[in-house]
Amino acid sequence: MAKAIWKYIRKDRQAAAGCVILGAWIFLAVLVPFFGPYSYTDQNAAIQNQGISILHWFGTDKFGRDIFARVWYGAGISLVIGLASALINGCIGAAYGAVSGYAGKRTDLILMRAADIIASVPSMLYVILITLVLGAGVVSMILGLCISGWIETARIARGEILHLKESDFALAARLGGASPFRILIRHLLPNASGPILVNVVFLIPQAVFTEAFLSFLGVGLAAPAASLGTIIREARTQMLLYPSQMICPLVVLCVMLLGLNMLGSALERRFGRPEGGG
Amino acid sequence: MARYILKRILTGIIALFVLAAVTFFLVRLIPGSPFQSAATSSSVVEAVEREYGLDRPLFEQFLSYMGKLLRGNFGISYSNPGVSVTEIIWRTWPVTASLGTAALVVSLLAGTGLGTLLAVSKSRGIQRIISGGAMLASGIPGFALAVILLLVFSVRLNWFPSSGLSSPLHYVLPVTALSLYPAAVITRLTGNALRAELQKEYVLFARAKGLGETRTLWTHAMKHACRPVLGYIGPASAFLLTGSFVVESIFTIPGIGREFVNSITGRDYTLILGLTVFMGTVVIVVNLIADLLGAWLDPEMRRAYRES
Repeated sequence: MAKAIWKYIRKDRQAAAGCVILGAWIFLAVLVPFFGPYSYTDQNAAIQNQGISILHWFGTDKFGRDIFARVWYGAGISLVIGLASALINGCIGAAYGAVSGYAGKRTDLILMRAADIIASVPSMLYVILITLVLGAGVVSMILGLCISGWIETARIARGEILHLKESDFALAARLGGASPFRILIRHLLPNASGPILVNVVFLIPQAVFTEAFLSFLGVGLAAPAASLGTIIREARTQMLLYPSQMICPLVVLCVMLLGLNMLGSALERRFGRPEGGG
Repeated sequence: MARYILKRILTGIIALFVLAAVTFFLVRLIPGSPFQSAATSSSVVEAVEREYGLDRPLFEQFLSYMGKLLRGNFGISYSNPGVSVTEIIWRTWPVTASLGTAALVVSLLAGTGLGTLLAVSKSRGIQRIISGGAMLASGIPGFALAVILLLVFSVRLNWFPSSGLSSPLHYVLPVTALSLYPAAVITRLTGNALRAELQKEYVLFARAKGLGETRTLWTHAMKHACRPVLGYIGPASAFLLTGSFVVESIFTIPGIGREFVNSITGRDYTLILGLTVFMGTVVIVVNLIADLLGAWLDPEMRRAYRES
């Protein structure tokens, strides 16, 4: 699987572009906070609200903090939230959907109805409630994203398993005396991994977006932790005077979402289901 | 069909109940009393809590809340005791609903139009522009777009007003900000579905019997291609509702989204609870309508539902 993905990425221009963006993103998010000359919290009253310069590539904010350092620190946080929640959601969703699809009949009906009920509420509301209860922070953000984020994955996994469990190789495995668990893990899920993977890749930009959205509203992360959303929020109070403070993190965020979406849709073309509708 | 409708409505009601219950208990789990502040003594806090019934057992509170909810009574705002949550909903919902409907209509029109163009266009240039544009548009978060629109078109160029919602001109920027993402998704959905439909045999047959290209497209292929779009209306309405949180905050529109954000920052728990339940209800009902509409148009979906 990994080899197939790599081979495909090298051939497809869009996938390659998405990978380059993502790679550059990770590179900067690791390098700038650890090895950059400025810290994301150090305030310096002498250099407030500076524009873009050689010393401060994105300028400085109203506390004299270097925005370039802050943006990449925040980008790292956004990425951690995106990756962690997508991974957890992918695992929960694949397991839930696989069990539901393989068990079939009543179990399937009950499990999928339960999922429908959870999914009928906008996930943004769950995240807001969780951050209110547990306090704003990275962990509660990830937790909130995991309440209903896995359902799409579960539906896809269920559909795949329903389809695959009728196949000859599944029958052969069952005749060979393999346990249902083994059939699921060794035979069915690996064959369903393409569409599931595509879905999980799309979960990353969704999570990044949700986090930025909520932090922008002031219900996401609390200071001094910074994500792209909080940086944009802080710049909003003086966006008329210093628009660059807002535009730099915005552009970084958009480029990241774009890169992830490009990678996702390139993978979808290759590994997803051939149907048109989502 | 009747059984399908009944089943679907029943699921909706259960979903509503679960939503109300979960929200209620989560809000009660929030540490600290909503009336606590540095200036109030603990005896005052206790007295106010008794007044609101917060000293009673949790389950009793829950039952009375649910009972009131059934009668459409969402309780009284904590931070603004003179106003009931229902009044706030009545005041703010029409604003958000008109904005959301406008955005939904715009995104449906733009999305299906561009999607159709994407599917039928023979020129690679047009295809590239539309699919690239849709990709780009789905990567820009709504709040980023709203801020940029505000900066460029109302602050710098002064073409559109920056706040309020009193004239049609006021709608332009917020609706654009809200509908860009759904429009991009609908473009992609329509484009993919229509392209797949146009390769099917009945389209070939329609062409072979001499039906004009426009008739073939609109009366035959479109009927099938609009299915995924219909399925997306539910998620789109949820997106528009949550999108209104920021768009209304940025453009200072007195709608439900801004009220919700204010209630969160002000820790007004009854208001949070009431607005969450209300917005959840709206999304569930819109989903229900979209699903029923889909089932009415598409017998296959009905059958799949009955079998599962």
